[in-house]
Amino acid sequence: MSPLLTVEDLRVRFPTRTGVVEAVRGVSFTLGRERLGIVGESGSGKSQTGRAIMGLTPPHAEVTAKRLAFEGIDLLSASPKRRRDLRGKRIAMILQDPKYSLNPVMSIGRQIVETLKRHEKIGRAEARERALEMLAAVQIRDASRVFDLYPHEVSGGMGQRAMIAMMLVAGPELLIADEPTSALDVTVQLEVLSILDRLVAERGMGLIFVSHDLRLVSSFCDRVLVMYAGKIVEEIAASELGKAKHPYTQGLLNCMPVIGADRHPLPVLDRKPEWAL
Amino acid sequence: MTEAVSVENLSVVFDEFKALDAVSVDVGKGKSFGLVGESGSGKSTLLRAVAGLTGASKGAIRVSGREVRGTRRDKAFYRAVQMVFQDPYGSLHPRQTVDRQLMEPLAIHGIGDSERRILKALDEVGLGSSFRFRYPHQLSGGQRQRIAIARALILEPSILLLDEPTSALDASVQAEVLNLLEEVRRDRGLTFIMVSHDLGVVTHMCERLAVMQNGRVVERLTSADLVAGRIAEAYTRNLMVASKGFRREAVAQSG
Repeated sequence: MSPLLTVEDLRVRFPTRTGVVEAVRGVSFTLGRERLGIVGESGSGKSQTGRAIMGLTPPHAEVTAKRLAFEGIDLLSASPKRRRDLRGKRIAMILQDPKYSLNPVMSIGRQIVETLKRHEKIGRAEARERALEMLAAVQIRDASRVFDLYPHEVSGGMGQRAMIAMMLVAGPELLIADEPTSALDVTVQLEVLSILDRLVAERGMGLIFVSHDLRLVSSFCDRVLVMYAGKIVEEIAASELGKAKHPYTQGLLNCMPVIGADRHPLPVLDRKPEWAL
Repeated sequence: MTEAVSVENLSVVFDEFKALDAVSVDVGKGKSFGLVGESGSGKSTLLRAVAGLTGASKGAIRVSGREVRGTRRDKAFYRAVQMVFQDPYGSLHPRQTVDRQLMEPLAIHGIGDSERRILKALDEVGLGSSFRFRYPHQLSGGQRQRIAIARALILEPSILLLDEPTSALDASVQAEVLNLLEEVRRDRGLTFIMVSHDLGVVTHMCERLAVMQNGRVVERLTSADLVAGRIAEAYTRNLMVASKGFRREAVAQSG
């Protein structure tokens, strides 16, 4: 079976006044219909990897790759129109904070309908029907009420569920979730994650889950890529995380305070310059 | 013994909304106390009321045995009680150098010898003097939070109020900042009141904690109790489950 997504030697460069910053430096992986986690600290290039796949890299940045293909479509040589058609329809992305990623002057229902209208020939009544169904699928109880609400009128957890609804309504094959629960309360995080988990499993999507929380990612994904300074330093099956070899992965695992583990002071990462080579 | 901070039946009302409803909390001198709960539970409001950033409508706050009220406090209060905020991107002035931000509390309180104090404060939070003339945008998130901590410590307070001091930071940087906070508390015998939604962080840092929900304290327990699972309230148990991270089976059961 051919993979859903092939990434080979992906590089993202940002020209700045003081020189070129390489945010992503030669990332390669393939993704089937599975859950893949990308983990790293801020600045490790994990978000930029997701954005490059989605085609949301800022225009002044330079994206190159030996191969960046989604279902046989070469994303880098695809026309802007082609990419727009893919984006939202077949590749979707959930962003971190619903407060900033939802349109504040448009009701939640209209934003979901907008996705549908952009990608399908669909009547008004049917679009509304589909949006309501989708809101129900993300376990929003009173879907028809929430449909007419504006983003500022709902809680963070509700907003993120609306965001998931909006992204999944067109039935994408690949979902990129960039820190989808970092802005949410701990108690709400689990709810949102379980909704996401169920929908991804039911619909057989490929998922790229980007986060700085290694434990969370490993509990959610099948396979984890650990990034440091724009490169993948380790690829590991989530179930074998305990056997991580790279000191950076081990450091990320150890630095979290765990309930019941009495470790004072906490172990900190001793960053070695050779990791970035 | 007088408690470092004693809050008695404190209520804070915003228009019709009761953000805090008759909350009482006592924190002994040199102790570290945690407040946990989800957003909107009133944990930050409690901290802000103690700091004098939010007015209370009922109840009393005593700091080192002395009653404080309102949102205008005397200089001695601000010298004894300092606060570190959640977001280091928002709590530092974007157009002032580190030097100037550290100078400000000294100038307000008329403390001399600023040269030595600034260098010492920077040194204490693990940043060298090379950071002194940088602007916040030239620092990473962890470095900014260290500056915010240095700014709070430069007045040599006895009580530090910490409002989610590490939730905006990466896990790896969080460990460094938590270690730093523990170290200064040990060296100076500080009293901490720490707000966090992360039970792991709170049990690591605090001896005792209060769990808040809808403006009320629903449970008070020691970290040891929490670790051992001696929990009375269902809400606390929920938080505990949530803090263990995502587990497919657990979710399937609860759903």
